[in-house]
Amino acid sequence: MAEIALHTIDQVTIAMDFDAGAEHTKVLEQVKHFVAAQAPDRDDAEHAAVADWVLQRLINVGTIERGFSWHYGLVGDEGTYDRFEFDFKLLVEQSTPDGFSLRATDEAINVLVGALDTDVESAQIAAEVKLDNLIRRGRLADAKLAAEQARYRTVQYGETLRRYLDATRRDVRTVDWERVVPDLLLDALEHIEGRYTAEHAILTNITAARDDSDDPRHKQRAAELVEIVRDCIRRHMQLQKAVQEAGDQFRSEQDRQLFSGEPQRAALHLHGQLLVPLLGLPVGKALGPVYDFFRGAVAPAPPEVPTLPSLVERLLQRPSEPERFAGEVRDPQFDPVPERELFTPEHFRLASEILSLPGGSASLSDLLARARRHEPQVARLVMHRAAHAFNPSVGDAVREHVPEVLIAVPTGDPLHSPQFGGDELWLTKAGVRPVVPGSEEPGTARHEEFGDEISLHG
Amino acid sequence: MRSRFTDDDAEQAAQLLAFAMRPRLLPSRDNAYRELLRRYRHDGAFRTLTGRIAAGLGLRVLGEHEDIGLAIAADGGSPFETRMETYARRTQKEGGYAERFLHGIIHLAVAAVSFPRPDDLAEDEYVGRVSVDVVDAVVREACDRLREKAASREESADVPSDAPELELAWHAYANRPEAFPTKDKRRAMNTTKGMVSRALNFLAEQGFLTPMKNAGEDVFQTTRRYQLQVRELAATSAFEELVALGVVLPMAVTTGPGTVAEAPEDV
Repeated sequence: MAEIALHTIDQVTIAMDFDAGAEHTKVLEQVKHFVAAQAPDRDDAEHAAVADWVLQRLINVGTIERGFSWHYGLVGDEGTYDRFEFDFKLLVEQSTPDGFSLRATDEAINVLVGALDTDVESAQIAAEVKLDNLIRRGRLADAKLAAEQARYRTVQYGETLRRYLDATRRDVRTVDWERVVPDLLLDALEHIEGRYTAEHAILTNITAARDDSDDPRHKQRAAELVEIVRDCIRRHMQLQKAVQEAGDQFRSEQDRQLFSGEPQRAALHLHGQLLVPLLGLPVGKALGPVYDFFRGAVAPAPPEVPTLPSLVERLLQRPSEPERFAGEVRDPQFDPVPERELFTPEHFRLASEILSLPGGSASLSDLLARARRHEPQVARLVMHRAAHAFNPSVGDAVREHVPEVLIAVPTGDPLHSPQFGGDELWLTKAGVRPVVPGSEEPGTARHEEFGDEISLHG
Repeated sequence: MRSRFTDDDAEQAAQLLAFAMRPRLLPSRDNAYRELLRRYRHDGAFRTLTGRIAAGLGLRVLGEHEDIGLAIAADGGSPFETRMETYARRTQKEGGYAERFLHGIIHLAVAAVSFPRPDDLAEDEYVGRVSVDVVDAVVREACDRLREKAASREESADVPSDAPELELAWHAYANRPEAFPTKDKRRAMNTTKGMVSRALNFLAEQGFLTPMKNAGEDVFQTTRRYQLQVRELAATSAFEELVALGVVLPMAVTTGPGTVAEAPEDV
């Protein structure tokens, strides 16, 4: 079980890099293979269950803090024996935009490396010197172990730097950008450069060892080593990129966060004067100010139920059911709009009388003058019908057996009328001959006939 | 004295307070509220009466503005107080102290993230922006710095087994996981991010924060009402208590008019 636990931490550590954590499912998948290798006679479901159980225990699911604590005692300054709790975690879960991921804590990585609380940087150098030596002496089994240790160190170093850069991004003031940070960034860059050279040298050595070796096991180990060291180099490049961008990040964050006008009025610095001092206090002492803040920072809440009678009343209240229908839809009623008649039947009668042309034919001006004697509307009607007579629809007249049609011909003179303008028309009537069935195509022929008749009347 | 106010005055003053109890109700949306608020602004006697009625109910008038109405807050012991015990109960399963402390410090952190500079708190037009991830990250960051400082002084942060209240505040926060999935793959409520999310939604329910559309999940912006509340009451009373505990220096230690003394806990 302990081996599976170590293997799980190992998988998480390898899977997590500078930006992202490890995914639950992938880790479980990897660990399952390891479990299967331990107990090949059990079935797949059991392997998965064991892997899952170990992962859950490493996170310590079920406790509220999701961590472990260890009781220990110390003899205090006054010679009294005091008991303390040491809290630590191995794997922590984090929320990411698309779910949850796992990260190994520093404690967990230390467990892997087998050392507790050593300085990251010197441990890294030590690991590489050791690795270099082992490869040169051809002890590849030991070299693989050392290379893995170097990789854990690299990951751990990345973690430290990642946390640090994150903090800068959020709030520049929490970080000393005058001395501490530039030094640290410089150190980090130097470190990466140094490691880069060293790892490349090692890589060349192992590759040579791999190619020169005749022993297949030797070759295999060397190939694994090449992979591990390549992974280290990749991680270092990632780290280097982040370090190089840190300066720009700081400047833009400073522009955004710090520069502002003169203070308007005295106000508290919530982060520096309240949050940080409170976090530095023991919980028991900090409770008072924290409660005060909470009380002041929320709105007054009217008690939900002020008295017992109103509680009873509320409980006994019938639940109000929403009406299924909102009501009847009323049919709209429309008021009849009276149609305005422009011409009365009397107008039509008078106009027809004038246009019946008792004298055979007449000029439009005369007809209009005659119509005006009755009413202006009659004159308009006469004008209207005369205009229609200019090019009468002879075909329709034939089809509907109209005995005669009104025909207008322009005379070339202007119209004499105070009301209307345009050409003078000569109006006359033409008789319509009934259609002979079977005769040739109507239209052209009939047109000829009308032409004759017009000349007859005119 | 008594003859100065009529029964109607008393009713109106009480009605104004009733309006103020509902911080989401704005004078611009309610004529009666707007009228009462106008009277409150121009009629000194009416203002006094309203203040006294509020005091009798254990309320405190923080200020007024036609955009936000009358801002009131409950004093400790008032029937209108939102008690931390009540607030914490909904998520609390075990552990009294730490749980309530975490809820409280998260509310403070929300304000600190909303108004990162003193100016932001002072300037009425400032609109802050706050999200679950940033609040949690800021507190964790502060915890990390305190841990480093404790380590450099070679102080141990381990909690004495028989006195859990002596656990250091940053230790309590840092030790609580930020998030873990529940059985149905959602964020558990008793993690720090779950608690932050709860605080933000609680403040939004009261109209102190408004959720930002198009800005992704869990991003809120502050309202003037929240700013006023934090500036005039919450921060001040918490700060006074800190001064009384001797943890920070009082505001009187300023280097010039309008500048703020840096906290001695300079990190």
